Amino acid sequence: MEVITTFLNGLSLGGVYALIALGYTMVYGIAKMLNFAHGDVIMVGGYTVMVFFNLTGQPLVAALIAVVFCSLVGVVIEKLAYKPLRGASPLAVLITAIGVSYLLESLAQIIFGSSHKIVMLADLGKLILGSLVIDLNTVVTLLSAIAIMAALTLFVNKTKTGKAMLAVSEDRHAAELMGVSVNKIIMITFAIGSALAAVAGTFYILKTPDVSTTMGAMPGIKAFTAAVIGGIGSIPGAMLGGILLGVIETVCNAIPALSNFSIAIEFGLLIIILLVKPTGLLGKKKREKV
Amino acid sequence: MNLKNYISLIKKGFKIKNFINYFVVIAVTLIFGLISGIGGLNRSTLALLEQIGYSVIAAVSLSLVVGFLGELSLGHAAFMSLGAFTGSLFQNAVFPSLSSSAPLLSLILAMIIGGIIAGLFGFIIGLPALRLKGDYLAIVTLAFGEIIKIIFQNMDLFGGVMGFQNKYRYDINSLFIVIFVVLLLALAVIQNLIRSKHGRAVMAVRDNEIAAKSMGVNVSYYKIAVFVISAVIAGVAGVLFANTQSTIKSSKFDYNYSINLLVMVVLGGMGNVNGTLLASTVITFIDVKLATILTGDLAVIKNIVYALILIVMVIYNNAPSLKKFRERFNLTNAFNALKKFILTLFNKKKKTKNSAEEVEFGADWSKIPTKIEMDAILSTDLKPDETYDPDVPDKGAKR
Amino acid sequence: MSNTVLETKDLGISFGGLKAAQEVNLKIEKNQLYGLIGPNGAGKTTVFNMITGVYKPTYGEIFLSGENITGLSQVEINKKGIARTFQNIRLFNNLSVIKNVMVGLANRKEYKCNLAQSIFRTPAYYKAESAMREKAKELLDVFGLLDDRNQSASNLPYGKQRKLEIARALATDPRLLLLDEPAAGMNPQETEELMETIKFVRDRFDMTILLIEHDMKLVGGICDELTVLNFGKEICKGNTKEVLNHPEVVKAYLGE
Repeated sequence: MEVITTFLNGLSLGGVYALIALGYTMVYGIAKMLNFAHGDVIMVGGYTVMVFFNLTGQPLVAALIAVVFCSLVGVVIEKLAYKPLRGASPLAVLITAIGVSYLLESLAQIIFGSSHKIVMLADLGKLILGSLVIDLNTVVTLLSAIAIMAALTLFVNKTKTGKAMLAVSEDRHAAELMGVSVNKIIMITFAIGSALAAVAGTFYILKTPDVSTTMGAMPGIKAFTAAVIGGIGSIPGAMLGGILLGVIETVCNAIPALSNFSIAIEFGLLIIILLVKPTGLLGKKKREKV
Repeated sequence: MNLKNYISLIKKGFKIKNFINYFVVIAVTLIFGLISGIGGLNRSTLALLEQIGYSVIAAVSLSLVVGFLGELSLGHAAFMSLGAFTGSLFQNAVFPSLSSSAPLLSLILAMIIGGIIAGLFGFIIGLPALRLKGDYLAIVTLAFGEIIKIIFQNMDLFGGVMGFQNKYRYDINSLFIVIFVVLLLALAVIQNLIRSKHGRAVMAVRDNEIAAKSMGVNVSYYKIAVFVISAVIAGVAGVLFANTQSTIKSSKFDYNYSINLLVMVVLGGMGNVNGTLLASTVITFIDVKLATILTGDLAVIKNIVYALILIVMVIYNNAPSLKKFRERFNLTNAFNALKKFILTLFNKKKKTKNSAEEVEFGADWSKIPTKIEMDAILSTDLKPDETYDPDVPDKGAKR
Repeated sequence: MSNTVLETKDLGISFGGLKAAQEVNLKIEKNQLYGLIGPNGAGKTTVFNMITGVYKPTYGEIFLSGENITGLSQVEINKKGIARTFQNIRLFNNLSVIKNVMVGLANRKEYKCNLAQSIFRTPAYYKAESAMREKAKELLDVFGLLDDRNQSASNLPYGKQRKLEIARALATDPRLLLLDEPAAGMNPQETEELMETIKFVRDRFDMTILLIEHDMKLVGGICDELTVLNFGKEICKGNTKEVLNHPEVVKAYLGE
């Protein structure tokens, strides 16, 4: 029975990773950049949830505010730091993103201090089915993640904005010629990605009620790993990679001999995937024209 | 070839400006060595000198990868940790008697061992560089750094999470001299490499890998070679760092430390060894000095400033829309204007020196087309009836 | 020993299901100036990329002076003696003009100097370095770029960048030079000058040249023989004058 619990925990953690990975993958697909600061948007979301939860006592309200605030933060970062570099070398953009990540962490530390904060958002209790004990928080996380991913898939494939996003990711210049405002689409992408990061941050706190300035760094990098495993730029890939990684991590942590090395194992997996199949499980191959 | 010919060959290509940084390092070493000899340096000044020394070595080694090869390494601290742990293990556990009887020899052997081990891993991390570049390679180096950190944390041989107890260290009063000598050697290795055909090949790979291949540049060889050389130097820096610490913890060599090194390289102007030298010295100096003033959470103000400088610098240097601005307002222009002004002041008749001086290693990434730009360039074939507009000299190249 | 420098036999490549080039049979004699022409997307650059090892051909074989070089890497093929320029100029933008050429010179046997010799600055280093510098100056002088040698390559005007690319290619000491649309983006006067340069290169360096071009005036003016590609296939080849008047060629260029 423990196996099932572990597996469920893995799935829900995977759901959180998938939500973050979606942010990476969408930004990578559309703005063609690795948004290194994405993980720190999770942290911004975490602190926002903390502040408004302490004020209102309503986890849902706090989460909603965090979503709005993070979208704004995402858009502002894009406008100030990344937009001036559109068309510059990828390395320059990457270094700037690292700078933004550093900046966000340092700002949070100035405002909130470096000590970890405990935030008990909600405890929905446990569901007991015979010998099977299921944490309801886990179930809620998993179901919400699935719902959000479904909604996002629908949004991208069915709405005009979503289709424009696909067009920009396919060929930015052609999309521009067809009258798509690339700047607007990139802005929307950042807003959505950051909103997803805020949601992920909320679920993350639900799981481990611990808010700190570096809380986003590890999940961020892991989610990037997930995005790469699934094939960066691919939305279903991000979901698949996220869930895969969540399950692997939870299983590793459940085995005592491996628990210390779970991060090393995940990163090892990342390196292997990148070397063997850099396009990931569901990614497309692009070749540079000469 | 006899010695006389050799010397005449050296003289032929001799440019004093290529050697200025050696002279500065030598001068600093001599001055502080003398003051130290008469007992004029207290413990904190010594510590500052040591820290500046190994930070500069590490930063310069990173600049080889970032500035000259044009790849981002986010796990450079891992190479240092490899050197630090293996070197200290040698100094403490393998040959403790040698460390007390012949400390310098022990330190040198430790540096060789630490360098070799780090170089070995540099080779391993160089392999992915053959298949991956840019963002992907950066992430692989980051993952590599974290993996190394975790492995050290879980090895009892190296003290686990508590860290390695480093009893046998080199004499603190003269350690900085060793560090500065190593710095001198590291500078020589890097600059000699860059100023050779091999260095040009490395920079050719950075500027245009496809063209480099078509010119017969063995890209794989150079990528690996750069990673290995850089890792060896970082490993040696790690051994030196370890000699300043009574406990070596692998958590010290985390992602943040790698980023610190990167900040030094970026602020120094990528591909500019002297800039890196200066930036890493200044940053380390400020770091150490501020550490006593800004304590606790205030210490982070410094990080905010670094982050802002990093962002602003990169945007200033690379933003396509700031190109005109950059051409008008930059240090080289200011320097040339100043030089011209001074020259005219001193000698109005003497012709000013031709300002078309050779630009040695300046890497301006704004001029390298991005993937997206490349796609745009490549996706449009030029049509036969298109004419060339002299006002837009690179019309054909950048569309 | 025959005088054929380059020969391709039924050369072809397919990307996925798409045949970008098929059954391309080129035969280029020593000292020839050979043109590969065709409308956009005809597969000309693809053929170049196969010859220089950027793509591995799916079908057929490539021979350089009788030696089979099919499937070798770009670096190996360059060492065998094929150098090229690119449709969109690919210089080493942050290196000075002279260093661009010196990168090309580096593989020549006479400038031997390994990594360790460079780092330790043995006599071999100084010897190779100064010899390379002299050789590079010589090459730059031929192309009228000597005075620009210390500028960074990206600061050169367009026409000079094209010339530098040719000089850099020649620095690798090739026996076959491939020029990919050398006149792209040039005005008629510059094209005229370029034609002279190309002819000059052939004579001065005793070179065999294969070029891709859109500019019919240039092709008609300097090429000895032509092959016309359309939709990845040869539609016509032979003497320049005959080919340019061939009805199939006219049709391919002007439509029905």
